[in-house]
Amino acid sequence: MEKLKKINKKSLFNNNSSFWGYLMIAPVTIGLLIFYVIPFFQNFYFSFTEIGTFGGATWIGLENYKKLMKDEQFFKATWNTFKYVVIAVPVGVSVSTLLAVLLNTDVKFKGAFRTIYFIPVIAMASASGAVWRWMYNKDFGILNYILSFFGLEGVAWLNTPETSLYAVVIVMIWMKVGYNMVILLAGLQGIPKSLYEAAEIDGAGKVKQFFSITLPMLTPTLFFVSVMTLISTFQVFDIIFMMVDKFSIAINDSMSLVYLFYRYAFEFNEKGYAAAMAVVLFFIIIAVTVVQFRIKKRWVHE
Amino acid sequence: MKKNISFGRILIYILLLFGAFMSLLPFAWMLTTSLKTMAESTQIPPTIIPNKVMWSNYVEVFKLLPFEKYFMNTLISTVIIVVGQLLFCSTAGYAFARLKFWGKSKIFVVFLTILMVPGQIYLIPQYLIIQKLGLLNSIPALVLPGLFSAFGTFLLKQFFEAVPKELEEAAIIDGCNPVQIYWNVMMPLMKPALITLTILTALYGWNSLMWPLIINTSSDKMTLSAGIASLAGQRTTNVPIMMAGSLIAMLPMVAFFMAFQKKFIEGIAATGSKG
Repeated sequence: MEKLKKINKKSLFNNNSSFWGYLMIAPVTIGLLIFYVIPFFQNFYFSFTEIGTFGGATWIGLENYKKLMKDEQFFKATWNTFKYVVIAVPVGVSVSTLLAVLLNTDVKFKGAFRTIYFIPVIAMASASGAVWRWMYNKDFGILNYILSFFGLEGVAWLNTPETSLYAVVIVMIWMKVGYNMVILLAGLQGIPKSLYEAAEIDGAGKVKQFFSITLPMLTPTLFFVSVMTLISTFQVFDIIFMMVDKFSIAINDSMSLVYLFYRYAFEFNEKGYAAAMAVVLFFIIIAVTVVQFRIKKRWVHE
Repeated sequence: MKKNISFGRILIYILLLFGAFMSLLPFAWMLTTSLKTMAESTQIPPTIIPNKVMWSNYVEVFKLLPFEKYFMNTLISTVIIVVGQLLFCSTAGYAFARLKFWGKSKIFVVFLTILMVPGQIYLIPQYLIIQKLGLLNSIPALVLPGLFSAFGTFLLKQFFEAVPKELEEAAIIDGCNPVQIYWNVMMPLMKPALITLTILTALYGWNSLMWPLIINTSSDKMTLSAGIASLAGQRTTNVPIMMAGSLIAMLPMVAFFMAFQKKFIEGIAATGSKG
């Protein structure tokens, strides 16, 4: 008994657990050090250099950043990325919330609906992108065919500068709704039933209950889902790469920052310049996330 | 009053069905298109069910591309990433949750930082490391950075911490060392957590596009995801064959999901509440 107490008070193991501790974290720690920690600092260094085809880096100071400040395409891609975020986060989270709330009522086939909504989440982005690209096709796409029933003439959605970004963002939202919905549904199920019972006794209707109980109680989950969607939307690449042809006249109007980064790093082989872009993207995401957490207090129920 | 309620219920069902329809429409369209001839796929008005069912498209795609190689590359790299993460993240997760060693909290802060930094920042140096090691166009290139996961370690640490300590005490008194306790006492209790990590990692390994795309450009070391992307880039692409390829590429993951859907959904929901 004495012995047990002693063990409990400290950690489970005493003197020689250091050895075991280091042994057990070694594989992951060494791997992360080589492939993440060192690369993190290396990328900052690379952003001040020009990198040759075989990796030799020449110091060029702030040149890459100066070039960035004059690069219209970079500003355009940044602007596009913000547009993606500003549309995908509120619309995506709202649609997910609506579906989660509807599914949280006493409907039948709950499990089946949940499963179906989740399929776009697990589907390979390149496969989804390929079929959406075909559905958006000007001449043979099913979308324009459906529009023709309403007497509307469709455009080449992905290849028209004015529509390309919006066509892409719809697919981005479509891919995320199921994921967010599952998390929000878990959040909804965590709200104590007693709150609703109390409201019922007070004579509050369903709509009132939604705004005075459901929504406030759901805000921590909504916050989590919004931050996750925000961060992943800032890094969007796959779906644009799949859907918009790189020679399309609309590519500049739908290209995201990560897409532009990819092109410079791995197509144009200007890795130093691309590293500078990654640095800027890093600071944008950090800044936006900090702002999110700052305004958290104003709307998230603790 | 009663009428009102039933109207509301009908509206709920209409919205839910519309959502389901939108979720499935692209895949249904993928399926019918994959069974059409090229000519029929460009027919106006489009046919819902193909006039002539072209199962041969599913054979053609294997002739057009080394699809069986893509398949094996994807499968092998996904399995290695999953097994590696399960092993490495669980040992580290256990150590962070239970063992005492100097610098533990500082090292863990580094893990959390890695978790929050956007992945693009590592990409160029990672590529150059793989290039230096002479591993471009190889299976190790596909799996190397993904083997080590700060997220997985974090996730499993949370689960280890939730296990009551009493269970280990008996084993300590019996003189077991930490590795024995980790393996014999803790791991059997971690099954739900390990399933969650398996699912999340498998999804990542199977579906990821950018890393395979940049690291393996030679066609016999490509993954399904990158292979599909390379097909889409060609202007002369035969769309039905492309759709057949897309369907084959995503099917294993969908089947995996269907088989374990409850675990999938619980796992995703758990990461939400733990975060």
